[in-house]
Amino acid sequence: MRQGRTLSSRLWAAAIWLLVGVFVLNLLAVIATVIVSSLATRWLGTWLPAGWTAQWYASAWSEFQLADVLTTTFEVAFLVVLISGLVGAPAAYALARREFPGKRLVMLLLLTPLLAPPITYGIPLATVLYSAGFAGKLSGVVMANLVPSVPFVVLVLIPFVEQIDPKIEQAARVFGAGTSRLFWHILTPLLAPGVLAALLLVLVRTLAMFELTFLTSGPDSQTLVVALYYAVFAAGVRPEQSINAMAVIFMLTSMVWLFIALRFVNPTQIVARARKTAA
Amino acid sequence: MAIASSTRAPFDRVTLLAAPAVLILCALFLYPFVYGLWLSFAPAAGGALANYHKFFADPFLYGTIATTLWLALPVTILNLVLAVPVAMRVRLMHSQRLLTTILVLPITLGVVLIAQGLLTYLGPQGWFNRALMTLGLVSHPVRLVHDYWGVFLSLFITGFPFTFLLTLSHVSGIDPALEQAAATLGANARQRFFRVILPLLAPGLAIAFCLSFVQAFSVFPSAILLGAPAGPTRVISIAAYQAAFEDFDYSMASAIAMIMGGVQLAIIAAVLGLRGLAYRGPAGGGKG
Repeated sequence: MRQGRTLSSRLWAAAIWLLVGVFVLNLLAVIATVIVSSLATRWLGTWLPAGWTAQWYASAWSEFQLADVLTTTFEVAFLVVLISGLVGAPAAYALARREFPGKRLVMLLLLTPLLAPPITYGIPLATVLYSAGFAGKLSGVVMANLVPSVPFVVLVLIPFVEQIDPKIEQAARVFGAGTSRLFWHILTPLLAPGVLAALLLVLVRTLAMFELTFLTSGPDSQTLVVALYYAVFAAGVRPEQSINAMAVIFMLTSMVWLFIALRFVNPTQIVARARKTAA
Repeated sequence: MAIASSTRAPFDRVTLLAAPAVLILCALFLYPFVYGLWLSFAPAAGGALANYHKFFADPFLYGTIATTLWLALPVTILNLVLAVPVAMRVRLMHSQRLLTTILVLPITLGVVLIAQGLLTYLGPQGWFNRALMTLGLVSHPVRLVHDYWGVFLSLFITGFPFTFLLTLSHVSGIDPALEQAAATLGANARQRFFRVILPLLAPGLAIAFCLSFVQAFSVFPSAILLGAPAGPTRVISIAAYQAAFEDFDYSMASAIAMIMGGVQLAIIAAVLGLRGLAYRGPAGGGKG
């Protein structure tokens, strides 16, 4: 749409770009603060630190037992991705291809965990998991993280399945393909990009999921984001640079996956998926 | 669907593929929720409604609703008011990828990391206060962290990109031909926005408002790390968390979680009710 070339419309456009610029500048500055502080020898009352060092990464690594925490984090994330993929992809196929009584109820059951804030259902869930003896362990953390992940995979994949013409499957049947051939030779190659995108997003979301992991994890089942929270919460005990070094490690672990995911999906999809199904 | 024979079969084996997902959600979402609801009416002492009586009798508890709303509503409204004009402008760009990638960062990095960054950035020695003083806007550092404004800014920095990306996807769904038609008929930019775009956008904005509000209302880690969790930013999630994990009163904690869900539902119902008054119809052009 061509905007008018009047002075007021130019001022308006400039004001909007200024707003975006200030926001992006502040956002990048917040991230830069963490990185600069993690590399600083001493940083008090100046624009930039007195000197640079990488020693905080080594001390954070041993102080916060990051080797263990990272192992737990990836165990949790891997299990959540695996289970939600195995459970979510078939469910998406069934929901995209079949009409059945109660389908609207199933869709509602899938949509609510994505729209409800984690704290609201996380507290009753943690209560149940504690009384069943799962909370405080890896299994409890994985279970809690499945609640938003399974519906997410299903809702991301439904449109992917819908865009595959059922005639392709029927043609394969006509030519004598059995169910396993149909699955491996027709559905798997066609659905692979969608499944990959959905699972990468689940991975990114699980790495950043604070509330559910926080409510259900014990000392041995903390993921990196929860360990980071405890470090910030108890700040003052340890040097700030060390906490920031841990924050940078967290940032790197999730950003790597985010950038891989962004090769397959449009950024707006990360937030807009729930809406498209809701509307 | 054109293939009626395959889609109309009532219960076949393909439908059963949805069963594991449904079972997992019933066990881990529906059952805990129903159990929590029941538990909230089964307090350690007193009648069925004792928890709710206690909550609404103690200002330290019921005050958290107002505290949370006082954070969540202004942030959500600000996010939405800023997101609409920015989305209107960004939709004209050919390459939105760089901007949307930068904006998706705070969403994926999560609130804990942003809170940690903001603690230093907004602190008395941080770059933000330094820049304000260098520009001569203030004479001494402004107190932002461990206060209302720290939490407000953290909600803004994670919430605005979320609201913006939602709004952008709605705005991109409006056919530019409608605006061009209005321009041809002599409407100026202001008229085109308020008479054509805004009515078409209203339903989408209502959804964006609800999703952003729910996120802001459930503010938890940043209220503790960046705010004053004993005072001005003692939000309702903190009250629920303390009941569960400091007092070990799961019944009370469930009651607070239910009240929290109820308040959110009330706000969302109100917003969606308002949406019902707005235009409903196709946002595409042509023969709709």
